[in-house]
Amino acid sequence: MSNKLLNVSSSPHVRSNVATKNLMYDVAIAMLPATIWGVMQFGIYSLIVVLVTVLSCVLSEYAYESLMHKPITISDGSAVVTGMILGLNMPPAIPLWIPVLGGMFAIIIVKQLYGGLGQNWMNPALAARCFLLISFAGAMTRFTDPMTDAIASATPLATIKAGGTYDVMSMFIGRIPGTIGEVSVIALLIGAAYMLYKKVISIRIPGTYILTFAVFAFIFGQHDLNYVLAEVCGGGLIFGAFFMATDYVTSPITPRGQIVFGVCLGILTGLFRIFGGSAEGVSYAIIFCNILVPLIEKYTLPVAFGKGGKKDGSK
Amino acid sequence: MGLSTFIGGVHPFEGKELSADKPIQVIQPKGELVFPLSQHIGAPAKPLVAKGDAVLVGQKLAEAGGFISANVICSVSGTVKGIEPRLVANGSMVQSIIVESDGEYRTVEGFGAKRDYAKLSKQEIRDIVKEAGIVGLGGAGFPTNVKLSPKNEEAIDYIIVNAAECEPYLTSDYRVMMEQPERLIGGLKVILQLFDKAKGVIGIEENKPEAIKKLTELVKDEPRIEVCPLQTKYPQGGERFLIYAVTGGREISSAMLPADAGCIVDNVDTVVAIYNAVCETTPLIRRIITVTGDAVANPQNFEVRLGTNYQEVLEAAGGFKTQPEKMISGGPMMGQALFSLDIPVMKTSSALTCFTKDEVAAHEETPCIRCGRCIDVCPEHIVPQMMMAAAERNDLELFEKYNGMECCECGSCTFICPAHRPLTQAFKEMRKSVAAAKRKKA
Repeated sequence: MSNKLLNVSSSPHVRSNVATKNLMYDVAIAMLPATIWGVMQFGIYSLIVVLVTVLSCVLSEYAYESLMHKPITISDGSAVVTGMILGLNMPPAIPLWIPVLGGMFAIIIVKQLYGGLGQNWMNPALAARCFLLISFAGAMTRFTDPMTDAIASATPLATIKAGGTYDVMSMFIGRIPGTIGEVSVIALLIGAAYMLYKKVISIRIPGTYILTFAVFAFIFGQHDLNYVLAEVCGGGLIFGAFFMATDYVTSPITPRGQIVFGVCLGILTGLFRIFGGSAEGVSYAIIFCNILVPLIEKYTLPVAFGKGGKKDGSK
Repeated sequence: MGLSTFIGGVHPFEGKELSADKPIQVIQPKGELVFPLSQHIGAPAKPLVAKGDAVLVGQKLAEAGGFISANVICSVSGTVKGIEPRLVANGSMVQSIIVESDGEYRTVEGFGAKRDYAKLSKQEIRDIVKEAGIVGLGGAGFPTNVKLSPKNEEAIDYIIVNAAECEPYLTSDYRVMMEQPERLIGGLKVILQLFDKAKGVIGIEENKPEAIKKLTELVKDEPRIEVCPLQTKYPQGGERFLIYAVTGGREISSAMLPADAGCIVDNVDTVVAIYNAVCETTPLIRRIITVTGDAVANPQNFEVRLGTNYQEVLEAAGGFKTQPEKMISGGPMMGQALFSLDIPVMKTSSALTCFTKDEVAAHEETPCIRCGRCIDVCPEHIVPQMMMAAAERNDLELFEKYNGMECCECGSCTFICPAHRPLTQAFKEMRKSVAAAKRKKA
């Protein structure tokens, strides 16, 4: 034996290869199909919007951590994911200074001021989107119709709310006006399937969310399957359910809590969309439910193995 | 698919191919042997010998120091050099009997005599097991005779042989099943004689198809014994998770005993030890140990006399191929890191695992992202993420409220954590603190 010192530590002495970084990059990869579709639909400018948002988030994180003399964590990929989610939530023709401001708000106000990764109580990208939606309502709701390139066409959800109809198939494929990343259900589902396959997310939250919302829309909206499908495929529901509601930090950690969370989201989204003033409700529903997370967790602790078993005779 | 298992668990790299096909080699100790008085759960044993005494193979060096305790049997012949504190695998100094071997292996009278277990009464069998100093050889070291004497003998309907060997890298149980299957089955028959209503089940993970095949073939004419293949998943060999898998869903909490679910669970090597003691009048003086890891020149399995120095065992495996960064007594999931090999092989020493690279040091700790993987994999269905929050604030009450005392310290949460947080380590400390606070109150 040479003099090299041995490491002594508590068991276990092996670690899984999956690190936070891998999970974050998997989420980013899962958003690529939707990004590519968005760029194909809305043109190269939308790609610039997404890139600028990501850059704004990453630079904000770098600047804040440098100024505060904290370890620089931009390589963990969480700022990239926040930037991508926020970027894909932007209307395709948005002036660039708006997503830049949004990225700064998401990272500095919502994430870093609360203590950085893992400490924020609401989803940074969503909080920033809602902030922008309230502050710059006009620019944030000015959508482009990919078919005609005309500005200010109504989204399918708004059309439905106004009593009109919309072709579900074009909503599923994504030939509709909307934000850059939310329009194509099929592209989003490809990304979701990737995350489920890689076990980055579980089906518990998105599954119960979409199902609850569909049932709610059927009961309180119209008793029409075509309508329910259009509501499910329209707006940010699929994007929100798979990419925003599943955000680890701001969703319940207990398995049963995740189911409760999904159900709450479905009901709230339904309430906002069907009884509210706006045609959309996913963002506000998710932020509202983020607040409920500690409460949900408190009442959904799992039952420990063997607890409640009786002594001498558990047959 | 469809094989029995439990809910939760992880799949660490198995690493068993390093030593799985290496037959068990018998090695004899050189020089002095160390017999710690405390190598089981319960009270330390009381020495029966003094410095200068001549001792023989099979002689009782120390006797059980209480109801839950175990005898310590001499594995060589020679002279007692002294009784003094010695370093053991868990890093503490334990009072130990030091014996200088004369290399002749002279035995006590009657040692090795064949016996027909069918002619022995239940009490005689239990007494033999107690005298032989047999404890659970899987790692916990619970005195086996206590296990075999449950309050309600009639309620026991399962005798489960823990042949899961879910701990990565370990192959000692596998080798025993491949090389001494008739002893394993013989030992199981001895236990079955104690419990008239029970059936014997050998639970084996499916990553050992050869052992499953061999044992299934051997028990096909045994009406009371069957082989139960299990899904390969850590910690399948945890006693309570094994019971759950084999019995189809019986659950017991950490405060309960397997007997509360009508089960007696014994590890492969323990059952063989019972056979040796009862049928061949050979007390517990040897065990099978795997020496493995990428730093070891020739990973293999050994039969060693208890008390042998780890350094000698390592040398028998060719020493180090490369300088290790980490040495572990036991396997990588639950074993104890060593800073010295000058420790004796004890009843519970299942392996010596040496790694060139320390994975723990290689992974930097980052903040918790609340991904919930720890909760998903926890076989105890408790909440490591929240327990960690309680541990960070040293909040004993909250830790208990989150069922922290149910933790079996299997390490699954720490293995899977993408932020590489030292969860199990914190829980071990918290559990000790909670237990200490309770003792103070009482």
